[in-house]
Amino acid sequence: MRFAFTEQQLELRGAVRQVLASECTPADLRALHERPPEPAAGPALGRADPGRTSARWAVLAELGAPGLLAPEAHGGLGLDEVDLTGVLEEAGRVALPEPLGESAGLVVPALAGLLELPGAGADAGADPGKVARWLGAVAHGEAVATVGGVEVGRAGPVLTTAPLDPDAQLPDAVPCRTPRVVASDRADVALLVAPGAGGGLEVHLVEAAAARRLPTPSIDGPRRPGEWEWVPSPETRLASGGAAAVLVGSLVDRGALVAASQLLGLADRMIAMAAAYAVDRKQFGRPIGSFQAVKHLLADARVRLEFARPATYRAAESIARGRPGRAAHAAMAKALASDAADLAARVALQVHGAIGYTWECDLHLFMKHTWALSASWGDAVTQRARVLAEALAGRSG
Amino acid sequence: MDLDFTPEEQAFREEARRWLEAHVPAPGSLASLDTPEGFEEHRRWERTMYDDRWSVVNWPAALGGRDASIVEWLVFAEEYYRVQAPKRVSQNGIFLLAPTLFEHGTNEQKARYLPPMASADEIWCQGWSEPDAGSDLAGIRSRARRDAGGWVLDGQKTWCSRGAFAEWCFAIFRSDPEAERHRGLTYFLVPMDAPGVTVRPIPQLDGETGFAEVFFEGVRVPDDQVLGGVGEGWRVAMSTAGSERGLNLRSPARYTEAAGRLLDRYVGRLAEGGEAAEAATALADRVARAYVDAEAYRLHTYWTASAVAEGQAVGAEASCNKIFWSETDLAIHGLALALGGTGSELLEPGPDGGSRPGEWLDGYLFALAGPIYAGTNEIQRNVVAERLLGLPRG
Ligand SMILES: Cc1cc2nc3c(=O)[nH]c(=O)nc-3n(C[C@H](O)[C@H](O)[C@H](O)COP(=O)(O)OP(=O)(O)OC[C@H]3O[C@@H](n4cnc5c(N)ncnc54)[C@H](O)[C@@H]3O)c2cc1C
Repeated sequence: MRFAFTEQQLELRGAVRQVLASECTPADLRALHERPPEPAAGPALGRADPGRTSARWAVLAELGAPGLLAPEAHGGLGLDEVDLTGVLEEAGRVALPEPLGESAGLVVPALAGLLELPGAGADAGADPGKVARWLGAVAHGEAVATVGGVEVGRAGPVLTTAPLDPDAQLPDAVPCRTPRVVASDRADVALLVAPGAGGGLEVHLVEAAAARRLPTPSIDGPRRPGEWEWVPSPETRLASGGAAAVLVGSLVDRGALVAASQLLGLADRMIAMAAAYAVDRKQFGRPIGSFQAVKHLLADARVRLEFARPATYRAAESIARGRPGRAAHAAMAKALASDAADLAARVALQVHGAIGYTWECDLHLFMKHTWALSASWGDAVTQRARVLAEALAGRSG
Repeated sequence: MDLDFTPEEQAFREEARRWLEAHVPAPGSLASLDTPEGFEEHRRWERTMYDDRWSVVNWPAALGGRDASIVEWLVFAEEYYRVQAPKRVSQNGIFLLAPTLFEHGTNEQKARYLPPMASADEIWCQGWSEPDAGSDLAGIRSRARRDAGGWVLDGQKTWCSRGAFAEWCFAIFRSDPEAERHRGLTYFLVPMDAPGVTVRPIPQLDGETGFAEVFFEGVRVPDDQVLGGVGEGWRVAMSTAGSERGLNLRSPARYTEAAGRLLDRYVGRLAEGGEAAEAATALADRVARAYVDAEAYRLHTYWTASAVAEGQAVGAEASCNKIFWSETDLAIHGLALALGGTGSELLEPGPDGGSRPGEWLDGYLFALAGPIYAGTNEIQRNVVAERLLGLPRG
């Protein structure tokens, strides 16, 4: 048993932290908050935020971040989820608006996994050449990928893609819509889950150019969720039947890990901001941080963060090793990280007082991203219900 | 990162499991360790463990241990709690004083005190708190005066766990009243049967004498019973306190084992249907949270253990630990009682049998002390805020 990161893992994470500190500043986030989302069409990278977004992605790509989990043969680093969790924690620390979690943590392993299946994609007739092309493009950072159509419920995946005409039957050639696809305006491609024939499900790879994308404004402006109208077809289909179910199960676990990792970084950032403010700000002739009520608020947030971390790293290790407990481990991580970050947000605001309630103060940039991530991929209550169900099954079985 | 136990760790677990299964008394079969008979029964159990070198697995073999790694030590604790083995009557010695002795003791002191500690021939209590010095430990007033060939101790200690029956006490006294208050302290090892020591047992809220007041009147101790140097008492005590809050005192197995039983109780109430099931359902999220927190504590402990194994020091993070385990313990036991509904006040199983509320009630009473001893959780929050977050003192 060795429950620690390696030197290389810490170095990679440190490198990401360093570049993001200058490439993703509160001013950058603010700019995205203040620019309304545009209806996007065509390859969108860079459209919403000319320059900065593309530059950030390029810097991350230079470090290999989007392709971290891709096999080296496909232009990736061939690393695992333990490397990824640290990198995503750093993405969280700066509230990175680009979908690094989705691209690197969800789409890349999904595509790489499909290529490894015996008779790759035969299940649905997906063209392995096409899968490999997109995998390479995403891994290299040439294409930005996102995910949609699946959320996490108590009883398992919840499918959100629905036909435009409620009476129409999916799957093929029936126009449908998928809500809340994040980074809607910058993604070049999306992995979309849709209901399949006979109550099953399917996974499609949909190019942004082939979809109609409508912004659905979010309190976390830079996240840019949008609704995608698209038409499932044999050309878009990546997997159906059993292969699709496995893929979606893995998305659910990975989604929880990806969100949890970022929430750790967000919590740490907000606690640090509030602690710094508590040292600076004086009332009654002394720093407010010397008041015990303030200390204890922050200490509680720090404690919750302290204990969310190892649970998240364990989930990463479980997914990397394909351990049987990975679903429960990911659920636990997400529950702990959501709670820790929600508490950090709440406490940080209280410690800031009225200034924290303003647009001018940077805190809201991080609070809003926290709210969005905390509620996505299963909120704490949902994830705890999943943990409890698993644990009870484990004890009776 | 590799969360598989190594073959050696696995073998260690299996050996421990076999031994425990063959030797452990039935759960609850020993009298309470806060009674004279129970204390002796627990001492005999420690002796049984010691005879087969299971009482202090992480100590050197020469001192009765097995040179177990820190992970193996945690593995042993998991097995220990799995079979609901007895409470460790020597815990103050083996978990708190021993690490301090290893760090600050002379070779002679280690040779003198560690073996009988491991065999439970000598059981230790902790004499720090005083009537007017609890959280403000540096405010202690018990005095140590230089005297020909040693020291003379006077004063009063209180809340000494196991103090009613223990053979030895590790205690801090003010040896230099002129010095700054943290600098004038010295750490002493004192036999409880020394002339001038008077013990007055104090019944705890469960009615048992879990702790005691200890009075010192002209108690003479030689120089070789000073641990870690004259005037170094605060520094030495803080190393003990680090063990108390950090890795040593509260093995995560205690919480994961109790959380597992909490789930069983929850399922049992669901199965009863009716009012019991509805009440259980209403508590589902809190039960899940207690279970998740116990697991988070276990993971955090292994995380810390790996860091320690690689030579990192546990700093003020130990204070996070102490807050977390004590609150998790309370949550688990409080929920178990809440699941019992109105019957939870009963000390013995009611006529409807089954749920043994008394056992949970004991656990709950024990858990209630957690946020108080080992430095109250309020004090730990101050430490976290000041030392981990850099907030100003005051
Ligand atoms: C079951 C049990 C076993 C114990 N065993 C031992 C033992 O073996 N040996 C031993 O020496 N002691 C032992 N203790 C004593 C324990 O260490 C003290 O109870 C503890 O240090 C608190 O001191 P106090 O009880 O005097 O409370 P006080 O210090 O009077 O505190 C009372 C309340 O005020 C709060 N408070 C005090 N100061 C501050 C502050 N600066 N900021 C915020 N809040 C503050 C505390 O958090 C607490 O809530 C034991 C206690 C218990 C309950």
